[in-house]
Amino acid sequence: MNLNISRSILLILALPFSLSASLGRNATSVQEDLAKMQGTLRTSSGNSYTLHEIQTSTGVAVKEYASPVGTVFAVTWKGPFHPDLRQLLGPYYDEYVLAVRTQRAQRSGHGPISIQRAGLVIQVSGHLRSFVGRVYVPQQLPSGMHVEDIR
Amino acid sequence: MKPARLHEFFSFLLAGILAATVGCGGSSSSSTSTSSGGGSTPAVNNVQTITVNTGPTAGPPTNSPAINEAFTSVTVCAPGSTADCQTISGILVDTGSPGLRILSSALTISLPQQTGAGGNAVVECLPFVDGFTWGPVQTADMTIAGEQAKNLPIQVIGSATFTNIPTSCSSNGTEEDDLKSLGANGILGVGTFARDCGNACTVAGSNNPGLYYTCSSSGCQVTTESLANQVANPVAFFATDNNGVLIELPAVAGAETSVTGSLIFGIGTQSNNALGSATVYTLDPSTGNITTRFNNTTFTNAGFLDTGSNAIYFLDTATTSLPTCSNLTFWYCPTSTQTLSATNQGANGASASFQFTVANADTLTSNVTVGVADGLAGPNAGTFDWGLPFFFGRHVFTAIENQNTPGGLGPYWAY
Repeated sequence: MNLNISRSILLILALPFSLSASLGRNATSVQEDLAKMQGTLRTSSGNSYTLHEIQTSTGVAVKEYASPVGTVFAVTWKGPFHPDLRQLLGPYYDEYVLAVRTQRAQRSGHGPISIQRAGLVIQVSGHLRSFVGRVYVPQQLPSGMHVEDIR
Repeated sequence: MKPARLHEFFSFLLAGILAATVGCGGSSSSSTSTSSGGGSTPAVNNVQTITVNTGPTAGPPTNSPAINEAFTSVTVCAPGSTADCQTISGILVDTGSPGLRILSSALTISLPQQTGAGGNAVVECLPFVDGFTWGPVQTADMTIAGEQAKNLPIQVIGSATFTNIPTSCSSNGTEEDDLKSLGANGILGVGTFARDCGNACTVAGSNNPGLYYTCSSSGCQVTTESLANQVANPVAFFATDNNGVLIELPAVAGAETSVTGSLIFGIGTQSNNALGSATVYTLDPSTGNITTRFNNTTFTNAGFLDTGSNAIYFLDTATTSLPTCSNLTFWYCPTSTQTLSATNQGANGASASFQFTVANADTLTSNVTVGVADGLAGPNAGTFDWGLPFFFGRHVFTAIENQNTPGGLGPYWAY
């Protein structure tokens, strides 16, 4: 048994990113993210949420915050490139692209993204070699958790 | 006629001697003529005019005037040709990225395509903070002022030949492959990096971030791309004045239609680009950032100077007490202009505080003819982005990584 457990842990760690979740989906989708991003996973649980931290093979640190019922309500990333945002944002990706395009057209120039929609907050900044991003669904933050805790 | 010509000759000779004298002296004299240096190696014209105005998208059909974007023009030629050339205006000057990128729709000459594995075309996906550009890597001789970058790999954006964007590329967000979405006819990236991707793209397998592809009729696949083949900072390709750039813009009072300044090539290579009393702030070499402190918040290796950003972007309403505008929520709208203070610190420990202003963006941008606005600022979670307003009234040097300058080895910013 013990052997089996350590084997499966090893397998999980060695597998290309298959254990993570997309925003808005069940935490089991963390596995899919892990597979897609070919990374390593570390999971830790707090009082009101579970944090899945993925180090992708391209050097991006991705964090996915899941609620006690297992829904991912926030994701962040930091690294030299963007992670696969279609994978990471899941069902929210199309809204993300539309919102960014709208702001881009409105701003008359380039700059970081700062979008506060009713059901989605998008914050992306930096430049090639140094990007940071934070996207979350404000209504789904567990009670007692603050926005500043997502980082 | 003859005496007149002789007089001209002597005037020219005298000017040359004077220019050479000032050039060798390295004194703080600033406004030397950029004509022939008169010595054994005549000085190259290293001054390119840049204009901050509403830009190439102001008129129809885009009708989307730019604000706080510095534009210039470049000449590109087929490699080795002096006839097969084109000068393109409306090119955004960007110290936040490396490499020349030109919209396919603005390019009328044809340039040789770079090929990779199997003789297939190399096509690039370049991620920006607000999207990505997609298009083939081609080779050009680029001329700007008196400087030339020969056999320069550039990106041609939005080419009709490569319209199927791989999912791994389009997963970077918004496509910026036409005039309206890019906001310029191209981007002249003269930042601190010599190549756009760097070592990460030279390795095979899952560590490769997937910026370069080889494309055939059956689709595109991520490929390795050597540093030599990557889209490059054109300044590093110059024969001289190749260690960085100096950007000079005048001070701006509130909102104006247009201002002009200079993009000067080289640092400490000619009499017009000496560091003088500027302070050198070296960068964290992997991120290309410095450290910025504002009130009680420290952005460790997360501050950067970027002419390609059109405002100063930092923090949020909760931490600054600056309200965002009601519609333009990406900008601040204080009721009265605020003077704030911040500190920049280099990796070398150099540190100094300075003041900057935040004005009401609704007021600044209410007139569509406004192309320049000091005090334009907005929120930003995670970094401190010193956009174009930081450059107003300053002389800012951008030194390229691993290049020697009188202020030491790049990368650094100095002002």
